[in-house]
Amino acid sequence: MSSLVFLIPLALLLGGCALWAFLWSLRSGQYDDMEGAAHRILMDDDED
Amino acid sequence: MSLGDEIRLASRDLGSGRLQTELSVPGARCAGCISKIETGLTAVPGVESARMNLTARRASVIWRGETAPDLIAALDRVGFQAHLAGVVEDTRDPELGRLVRALAVAGFGAMNIMLLSVSVWSGADDQTRQIFHWISAAIAFPCLIYAGRIFYESAWAALRRGRTNMDVPISIGVTLAFALSLYDTVLNERHAYFDAAISLLFFLLIGRTLDHLMRNRARTAISGLARLVPRGATVLHDDGRREHLPVEQIAVGMRLLIATGDRVPVDAVVEEGRSELDCAIATGESAPRAVEPGSPVQAGTLNLMAPLTLRATARADASFLAEILRLMQAAEGGRAAYRRVADRAASLYAPVVHVAALLTFLGWMLASGDWHRAITVAIAVLIITCPCALGLAVPMVQVTAARRLFDAGIMVKDGAGLERLAQIDTVVFDKTGTLTLGQPRLMNAGDISSPVLAVAGALAGRSRHPASRAIAAVAPPSSPPLQDVKEHPGLGIEARIGEDSYRLGRSEWAVNGTAVRREGPAGPVLSRNGQLLASFSLQDTLRPGALQTIQALQEAGLPIILLSGDEPEAVEAVARRLGLTEFAARLLPGDKVARLEVLAAEGRRVLMVGDGLNDAPALSAAHASMTPADAADVGRAAADFVFLHPSLEAVPNAVSVAREARRLVHQNFALSIGYNVLALPIAVLGLVTPLIAALAMSTSSIIVVANALRLRSADRMRASSTPVQRISPPVPSSMVEVPG
Repeated sequence: MSSLVFLIPLALLLGGCALWAFLWSLRSGQYDDMEGAAHRILMDDDED
Repeated sequence: MSLGDEIRLASRDLGSGRLQTELSVPGARCAGCISKIETGLTAVPGVESARMNLTARRASVIWRGETAPDLIAALDRVGFQAHLAGVVEDTRDPELGRLVRALAVAGFGAMNIMLLSVSVWSGADDQTRQIFHWISAAIAFPCLIYAGRIFYESAWAALRRGRTNMDVPISIGVTLAFALSLYDTVLNERHAYFDAAISLLFFLLIGRTLDHLMRNRARTAISGLARLVPRGATVLHDDGRREHLPVEQIAVGMRLLIATGDRVPVDAVVEEGRSELDCAIATGESAPRAVEPGSPVQAGTLNLMAPLTLRATARADASFLAEILRLMQAAEGGRAAYRRVADRAASLYAPVVHVAALLTFLGWMLASGDWHRAITVAIAVLIITCPCALGLAVPMVQVTAARRLFDAGIMVKDGAGLERLAQIDTVVFDKTGTLTLGQPRLMNAGDISSPVLAVAGALAGRSRHPASRAIAAVAPPSSPPLQDVKEHPGLGIEARIGEDSYRLGRSEWAVNGTAVRREGPAGPVLSRNGQLLASFSLQDTLRPGALQTIQALQEAGLPIILLSGDEPEAVEAVARRLGLTEFAARLLPGDKVARLEVLAAEGRRVLMVGDGLNDAPALSAAHASMTPADAADVGRAAADFVFLHPSLEAVPNAVSVAREARRLVHQNFALSIGYNVLALPIAVLGLVTPLIAALAMSTSSIIVVANALRLRSADRMRASSTPVQRISPPVPSSMVEVPG
């Protein structure tokens, strides 16, 4: 029982962090081009 | 209006001289394409930066300068076909952001409450259960306010107008479930429905967000007629003064100067000059029309050959383009009456849910007299029958179908269009620009000796007449030196090579006095010193895949009708080549609408495929409509589907996807309603615990989503068996994108 006192707030805090991280990634446009991101990793930037 | 002006008009001003243009590049599919497109665009002078979005197949270009860089030609050079994607929206869609944020909050709440509920269900002791219920309530309350307001607002708006929609039972069910659970928690009861309330919101928001994404496409795909209408024209005053006036200020009787390559702003009469006008977009005529002093000209036609002085005969709001707009608005009435499948289902379903819940409450009140028990059971009925899966059934299928069509180069404007396309039983095609590309091609190049063709090509290269371009395109490049080149608008082009005078153009002008008789469609001739050297037979090119498309549609049992504004001979020739028996020529825009109305009165549901301005009213009058991406703006705005690849095979492809989507929607309805019918007796009998409610809801939603995704897997199988036409250059196989 006593473990729940800090485990539950901890769980909620972690969940809250995840929610905040998602909203942040959404706002910064990381979901705008899901396919392109997968391909850009293959591009050689030194070429140009 | 030149392409540069169009690019400029379609751009968004970012301030400090920078402009942003969006281009649609359907052929981009891989990492190689991204870098080719981005480097190709950045290499254009004036371009500051370019970014390719592979998901949306759009390139966003930021540039500065007075004149717009020719971005489309730059992409053409690196092997990609591009179209202007319309005016850039100034802000992001606020409604979508709101929905996604609500979805995230509801998802967070649902997951956490569900975790707590699992331990309650697995038999937590009284004290722990009580704490968990309170924590659940504390999470659920803000979630309900934040995520639930989307439903509350919509339900309230409906109730205020004395109507009911699907959001009314949702709002009542969710609020009552929360309130009663809170009441029970205070009284230390065993069951609480916090998890059911919030996960219900979560599932419904998924459906709502997908639905919004579908409708949103419709909004961004539409750009107005204004782009085609010139913004202004040079007016020649009586005292010789020249002034550039906006179109609205052009009055009847004013004299206008139209340079080569400009569009005619208002209906007018030619006062001075001879030229040829490209009327394809306005009337569907494939051959340019020669005009001379006294000829009437229509707004929207393009001046091809020489500067003209016109006298305006109508104001802008009484001109041909405005007339088209009026026809379109009048024609749209029929389509607006179409009610989406989901709306029809909701209007049948909502009363059933309300009545079932109310009867359950009354029944339990009479049977037990325990109002708390009666309300609990009634809420369970509301939650169990809540159209959770129903809300997902349609949007999930439509988003999957739209994605599949998008991968095939077809843009869907909204879900209702997909539903209507599945119902069509007749296909009507326009000719110029739809079945044909609207560009003539030299048919008898093999019959003409190479030196003669080289001379003709050299002459033709000096003109922008479509016929000249077709000749220049196939002529060998070895060009003899030309002297004294002179273009005679409406007649042809003349030049000297050494001592000989050559003429390329109309036979009665090029050949001294004699009219030349030839077989096939009338075309230009080449003469030397008045003697006939060669005659050229030109024919409009069929759009790629036209023949296969017609055959595929005929095999599917769809009657095909060809309605064109062009001359009867040209229409008949195309109809014969494609094996069509039903066709009509020389139709005005209003006539096309009238034909469609006759068909509709016979109870037929028509798919209209057309591209020109003259097709726009018919596109909005038809039950469903498609247009190629290079169509007039109005056409694109009026059509439900826009196909980006040149092949006409997009038409049968879209029809089959739409039909498959309809089948899946019906299956989904059957699944989710069947599910609810099964669960209803359990709920009415008061046997539903929070655990059963949560399981029932999630399972039905997951089944519906999985069923919708079958549309996607079907695509994969087919993609591997039939070659899909792509415009993009071949890519190394290691870089080929895996669809998904």
